[in-house]
Amino acid sequence: MPSNVNEFQILNADDDELMRISREGTLSLNLKEMQTIQTHFSKLQRNPTDVELETIAQTWSEHCVHKTFKCIILYAEEGKETEKIEGLFPTYIQRATEVIDKPWCVSVFSDNAGIIEFDDTYNLIFKVETHNHPSAIEPYGGAGTGIGGVIRDSLGTGLGAKPILNTDVFCFGLPDMPYDELPKGTLHPKRVFKGVVSGVRDYGNRMGIPTANGAILFDKGYTANPLVFCGNVGLIPRNRCDKSVEPGDLVVAVGGRTGRDGIHGATFSSAELDDTSENLGSVVQIGNPIMEKKIVDALLQARDRNLYRSITDCGAGGFSSAVGEMGEEIGAEVHLERVPLKYDGLAPWEIWLSEAQERMVIAVPPENIEELKDICESEMVEATVLGNFTDSHRLQVFYEGEIVGDLDMDFLHKGLPQHIKEAVWQPPQHKEMSSRDSQTEDYTDDLLRLLASPNIASKESVIRQYDHEVQGGVVIKPLVGVNNDGPSDACVTTPIIGSEKAVIIANGINPKYSDVDPYLSAASAIDEALRNIIAVGGSLEKTALLDNFCWGNPDKPDRLGELVRAAKACYDIATAYGTPFISGKDSLYNEYHDTTTGEQRAIPSTLLISAICVMPDISKAVTMDVKSPGNLIYAVGNTYAEMGGSHYYGLHGFIGNTAPVVRPEEGKLTMEALSDAINSGLVRSCHDCSEGGIGVASAEMAFSGGYGMFLNLENIPTGETITSDDFLLFSESNSRFLVEITSENADAFENLMANIPIGCIGAISDTPEFIITGLSGKRIIEGSIDMFKSAWQTPLHT
Amino acid sequence: MKPKVCILRTAGTNCDAETDVAFQLAGAETELVHVQQLISSKINLSDYHILAIPGGFSYGDDISAGILLAVEMKHKLRETLSQFVADNKLIIGICNGFQVLVRTGLLPGMDNGSNNQNIENTQQTSLAMNTSARFECRWVDLETQQSPCVFTKGIKSALYLPVAHAEGRFTAPSEVLEKLESNKQVVFRYGKSAESSIDRTPYPHNPNGSDADIAGICDRTGRIFGLMPHPERYLTKWNHPRWTRENLPDEGDGLAIFKNAVEYVKVNFG
Repeated sequence: MPSNVNEFQILNADDDELMRISREGTLSLNLKEMQTIQTHFSKLQRNPTDVELETIAQTWSEHCVHKTFKCIILYAEEGKETEKIEGLFPTYIQRATEVIDKPWCVSVFSDNAGIIEFDDTYNLIFKVETHNHPSAIEPYGGAGTGIGGVIRDSLGTGLGAKPILNTDVFCFGLPDMPYDELPKGTLHPKRVFKGVVSGVRDYGNRMGIPTANGAILFDKGYTANPLVFCGNVGLIPRNRCDKSVEPGDLVVAVGGRTGRDGIHGATFSSAELDDTSENLGSVVQIGNPIMEKKIVDALLQARDRNLYRSITDCGAGGFSSAVGEMGEEIGAEVHLERVPLKYDGLAPWEIWLSEAQERMVIAVPPENIEELKDICESEMVEATVLGNFTDSHRLQVFYEGEIVGDLDMDFLHKGLPQHIKEAVWQPPQHKEMSSRDSQTEDYTDDLLRLLASPNIASKESVIRQYDHEVQGGVVIKPLVGVNNDGPSDACVTTPIIGSEKAVIIANGINPKYSDVDPYLSAASAIDEALRNIIAVGGSLEKTALLDNFCWGNPDKPDRLGELVRAAKACYDIATAYGTPFISGKDSLYNEYHDTTTGEQRAIPSTLLISAICVMPDISKAVTMDVKSPGNLIYAVGNTYAEMGGSHYYGLHGFIGNTAPVVRPEEGKLTMEALSDAINSGLVRSCHDCSEGGIGVASAEMAFSGGYGMFLNLENIPTGETITSDDFLLFSESNSRFLVEITSENADAFENLMANIPIGCIGAISDTPEFIITGLSGKRIIEGSIDMFKSAWQTPLHT
Repeated sequence: MKPKVCILRTAGTNCDAETDVAFQLAGAETELVHVQQLISSKINLSDYHILAIPGGFSYGDDISAGILLAVEMKHKLRETLSQFVADNKLIIGICNGFQVLVRTGLLPGMDNGSNNQNIENTQQTSLAMNTSARFECRWVDLETQQSPCVFTKGIKSALYLPVAHAEGRFTAPSEVLEKLESNKQVVFRYGKSAESSIDRTPYPHNPNGSDADIAGICDRTGRIFGLMPHPERYLTKWNHPRWTRENLPDEGDGLAIFKNAVEYVKVNFG
């Protein structure tokens, strides 16, 4: 054994000793797992080497294997019998996709990203990842490598996709948080915000990928655990979507050199943060976007010449995961001394585990290696043969001729013990806000304050730092309207310049409703993502979803109970709308532990739903800015008295208990009919009603288009009797839109929407006045569009 | 004949694909050529009529934007480039390509005449960090100037194109600026108004704080052209940020620039 390889002494270790080894090695393995490993090596009558135990720890980490989504859960809800769930993922996510059974789903949940059909020549792939833990410690590097990582997922799907679009969604603490309230060892939200935006900007822009969709949310609950979701859409030829590996194929590493950066990233992200986490500098990776660009340039050429049979990225776990996964069914041998290093002195396990960025592993038939090397050389990228795939069914790792790791593939990939976790759900009770006197109230100030609240306010200063025009395909931009500054509901891109066929990308996220019920939060996130797709001209028929769960510690039954609620909603709502999940990811253990006060905080339970829709004809797309004075404004979809978790309640310091419900039987009809209306050319503009309800949506449409509006609350369709103006204005009920219709098209529109609750609530004015009349006939909102726009634009201006 | 365009790439180039499409739509035959292929003489620049240096972050824009590619071209391709220019062929640099042309000394080429086509040794103008001190992506109005520029011949006076850069503030010593003006080498200015005076268009309409609102310049002959805005990103009306609310021609403002280049080659080399 080489001197830089050590054994872990586990054979005779007692339980305490096993856990000490796991903890001190940042292995994040629990006792049951350590015991399983101990038993395995007892049969072999030897201790595992560091290379071996580290490989197992990475492969079995929550990050890599998603234990929580696969384990058995015993779920208890008050007044109900305990329910045994045989895995959240198979039961609620995968099964939804199977039940929906869309023929255009090419590959789901099997490769690095989901694949759907686009046109006769190409398929689309879409993946969203999180990079939360690293971004908490080093926002710039963490976020940059987050986007870098998800781009490599696209490149590592099928035989490699061309990245065509980036998305990003961030959740931060409140930007105006007083410094003395900052938890120990955490960075101020403003600094995290700035660093994360810069990181995504510098990586995405340098890669030449438009960043054209996203969201930024602020909540105190994200102060110590910011969330960074990075997504990438790729375009891949239909005949390049399958991969295989055969014994004898060479294991070839392509890209950057290996250093000590990012060691233990996978296991680190499967642990809670505390006030000493900032000292863990080496777990954050270092990004180099130009290296990644060179890899994309080289590998797409090699792909088109059929030079390799399989590809995957070196993500969490580095080579150990990449080679281990590729060779899972056959076996592989790797010689670590061949790995090009950034600097000397790395132990074999460090080379094997390093999460140094911008590295891909490909399986190359030996006869193609010279041609592959030529391409890489011409693109100035290193390509190194590390070993070959075998038929041994073992993962064998050598260093300078000596074997330093020899693992049974079966044990590595199937030896993880089955877990059983407990979950409970107890609905919380919040105080209700007492109703305001609708005879005397004026809501102008409420609307101004909502528009200025950081979650709703314009994100233009961030959006403009991203190149959303590169590649020349983005045709509905993130900013729209007469001055190119209104908030677009979704982005639309044409991957092939000159073709009318387009892709719509949208998202939905409502963590505030989790305070009431994570089921409603998840259901609303799906509804919101779909509304955004519909609002620009998409259809439910051609829409697929991605789920990204960011949660607290799932070993705590109350956190897991919330996760169960959200997963159940995913199944119910996705199947009702007929929109399958094609890919997803979870990031758990987003908790902060203050070691001095003992305080323990989880983030708000957060589900991001990303949606992708294929649109046959770009000319049918609409935007949210109003177009012409005199046109009519209709409210589409029923409003309910659903103020729980609303921004309006939040403004007044309340949470409430009636968060918006999704009624898919209503919502589906509404979305299908509206999609038809838009595709028939009857709709001049369309905006979905989400944060801040009809009040905020109408103001945004008006000031983005540069015209005023005269609206009346009387004709808003409602699903129940609502007598207070503020509920009509600011309820965040799902499945609702505002649309602009010319008076000539009004009859046609009403006929098409005959079975849908709609109401003409006013018209666009040729003056800048924005006026809403309440149920009593009194003006309850009055001001100029400039005033409302300024309130919306100012807060996050810099 | 079909004019042949060499679209130059290197590590970090990222607007090559849409520049390629632009020239193809304009009727040219195009090839994506890595700078290493020119340096190693695997590909000869003399086989082409037009050299296009697209946008991106060549070599990561390390040190500053475009500088590493410029140094490489100046030292390893000097003869090749000088000959290309002497043959009265065309060069266009967009965004990062403009930064490269300025740093090689191919622009402003104020003394270029029919007999003097050498690459200048000193850099006379620069594209510095935006006054906003950050990367910005936005659409801008451009006003076409009277100039000898081949690429903008007969083009309409007001164009609308996107910019996307962090280092795009055109700046030069006052004597250089004066000479550029008197030589009529300013091709595009940011803004809408017709007269030319120093620093008249406010941010964000002048998105980077460029001296004299300069968005693009050509050399004295009009055959070498550099600009910060991206004409290859406005080829059809769907690229326009307000196509859902305005009546627009099907062809985008940017395409005419590529068509002019193709036309010039057909007339002069056909």
